Amino acid sequence: MAKISNEELLQKLVSKFDDKITQLGDPYDLLTIETDREEIISVLSYLKTDLDFIHLTDITAIHYPELEKPFGVIYHVHNLAGGIRIRVKVFLAAADVHIPTATEIWNGANWMERETYDFFGIIFDGHPDLRRILNVDDMTVFPMRKEYPLEDPNRIDKKDYFFGR
Amino acid sequence: MSDIQIVEAPPGVEGSGFFATSLDKAVGLARSYSLWPLPFATSCCGIEFMATMASHYDLSRFGAERLSFSPRQADLLMVMGTIAKKMAPVLRQVYLQMAEPRWVMAVGACASSGGIFDTYSVLQGIDEIIPVDVYVPGCPPRPEAIIDGFINIQKLVQTESGRRREDPKYQELLAKYGIL
Amino acid sequence: MQNHLLLTDNDPQSELSTLNLGPTHPATHGVFQNVLELDGERIVSGVSTIGYIHRAFEKIAEHRPFYQITPLTDRLNYCSSPINNMGWHMTVEKLLKIEMPKRVDYMRVIIMELARITDHIVCNGVLGVDTGAFTGFLYMMQFREHVYEIYEEICGSRLTTNIGRIGGFERNFNTIAFDKIRKFLKEFPPVLREFEALFNRNRIFIDRTRDVAAVTAETALSYSWSGPILRAAGVDYDVRAQEPYSSYQDFDFEVPVGTNGDVYNRFLVRNEEMWQSLRMIEQALEKIEKEDSSIFHAAVPEFYLPPKEDVYNNMEALIYHFKIVMGEIDTPTTEVYHAVEGANGELGFYLVNDGGRSPYRLHFRRPSFVNYQMYAPMSRGMVLSDAIINMSSLNVIAGELDA
Repeated sequence: MAKISNEELLQKLVSKFDDKITQLGDPYDLLTIETDREEIISVLSYLKTDLDFIHLTDITAIHYPELEKPFGVIYHVHNLAGGIRIRVKVFLAAADVHIPTATEIWNGANWMERETYDFFGIIFDGHPDLRRILNVDDMTVFPMRKEYPLEDPNRIDKKDYFFGR
Repeated sequence: MSDIQIVEAPPGVEGSGFFATSLDKAVGLARSYSLWPLPFATSCCGIEFMATMASHYDLSRFGAERLSFSPRQADLLMVMGTIAKKMAPVLRQVYLQMAEPRWVMAVGACASSGGIFDTYSVLQGIDEIIPVDVYVPGCPPRPEAIIDGFINIQKLVQTESGRRREDPKYQELLAKYGIL
Repeated sequence: MQNHLLLTDNDPQSELSTLNLGPTHPATHGVFQNVLELDGERIVSGVSTIGYIHRAFEKIAEHRPFYQITPLTDRLNYCSSPINNMGWHMTVEKLLKIEMPKRVDYMRVIIMELARITDHIVCNGVLGVDTGAFTGFLYMMQFREHVYEIYEEICGSRLTTNIGRIGGFERNFNTIAFDKIRKFLKEFPPVLREFEALFNRNRIFIDRTRDVAAVTAETALSYSWSGPILRAAGVDYDVRAQEPYSSYQDFDFEVPVGTNGDVYNRFLVRNEEMWQSLRMIEQALEKIEKEDSSIFHAAVPEFYLPPKEDVYNNMEALIYHFKIVMGEIDTPTTEVYHAVEGANGELGFYLVNDGGRSPYRLHFRRPSFVNYQMYAPMSRGMVLSDAIINMSSLNVIAGELDA
């Protein structure tokens, strides 16, 4: 498959999904689009089956506490033959962090989604085994959210009185 | 003259045809040159330990040829690498399974103090859960430093009482960690 | 965890035994836990548990200025730290649109390919140990030490190198470093040839590795594999060839590809990659000769930390030093994804920047993490000893797995 440009790619996506897709720009030649969670699975499967984006590079999330929809789920998908990547984003409201799973399309999405759940608490509906993966099982918080501190709040060895303050 | 060096005899009373020393010293000498380390290698320091054990640095020269992966038969627990909170119970269990006399070496900054990982998920030094005899600094320590730490363990083994477990100070230390 | 197994422990029908392998099992070379259900020697099902050295890299990265993130990347895949370091530097350089001089690119290629060699030495050496041949490991480890000596000459440390800076290297390679690299290029090939002679056509080794854990290209791709294990399955995806960074397009090299993705193929692919790396280092040395030998960083004083003596003696350098350290440099508010070919596969850095002192969000696409998730599913039907060899040949590095 010949290399297609970002414009052609966007054209194809827009003609298929119409206003369900918003372009967010193409920083450093990587086309970035936004869609919503109703469409995300059909966008991803369209990318995989019709446009040859066979390699799921990564799934991750981001937290913008001040936005109306603070949680972004970010997919990086790669067309190996054409040598082109695309970034797909879906933003979710804080009260309703559900999004359908991509494990139906790629087996590799399994752990990536578990990691995203572990760090941000995004719930992937239909995931076969959505448990914490890196953190301890009895953890109650989602540590990558901005409101949680880096350091362990329970530690005492940094208290001022150890340093004569 | 052969250039083979052998271990110095412990201090004792010498005379023609006899040599007398205390049992503690003889036992300490024997123990120190046949320590069986249990490598509890989790991360980067484990790779340096690999180098320490391999051909170039060769820890076997110090009597630690035989790695014991079973805690039951090990004398020295070498903790190398970051111990996350998820790993902490495992480490403690491994320590509890070891038979006395046992020694612990914290290799590298993470095992000693948490190192650069001052985070919610990392144990800030293994001495929060088990007693430690020797700390080796470095991130990771060079193989020379690990060998130096090992020699320090050997010195401890040689100078300590042969039955450390009966020492009230040692018992007090273990009690502090809730180990009896 | 029990409900993921087929039969529970107290089921009277169960003739299966449950085996807990890890997290500190000597056969696993790292902290991996697998609860396996066995029918005799054969694995019926398995569950992997990871996270035993989760160190919260991504959270730390949100609290560190850009140049202080390099030491974190060291500790991802600590068998080949320089690739991670430079991958991160190149990500920031891409963000800041810094044009790198060719000489720096070639210097980076030398270091990255040396790192790839050390990583493959460990992986293939350990694979030899697991199949019963200790000699190859001990012999090859000697040469890993030689590479570490080269690192020491360049940056002063062995394993966690923190090599280079954003914008280039912190100092030029000295003549001893070049001598050591040339010496390595001369001495290593005969050893690698001997290593191959020991294994490649060794009946025992072939019997124990061929057709073990064979993976089709489709399965490998659906599990998002990358790196040598994907290439062993027959997919010629190599970031160096497809999206050349650091002037890889100037080099003449081949991407070795296997046929059926079994352990033997992975072994051969890694060996061949070492030969290709040696070839690239040779070419890089030739190319460096033609460049101005005084260049070792890009001319970007606003991003590249000035040398310490200039900070003390030169007003401008002091200002830049202060601005860089205090994070008062203007950086674009945007996002960037940069991938490099790590020793285990595509190592990606997804950086979201808000113009502040540290990244707003930094995500590492860690090949070990992505590759390892297929371990439990693919172990089904294997005998236990094959599963152990399979794990060695996946070359999963715990630091990279758990972030």
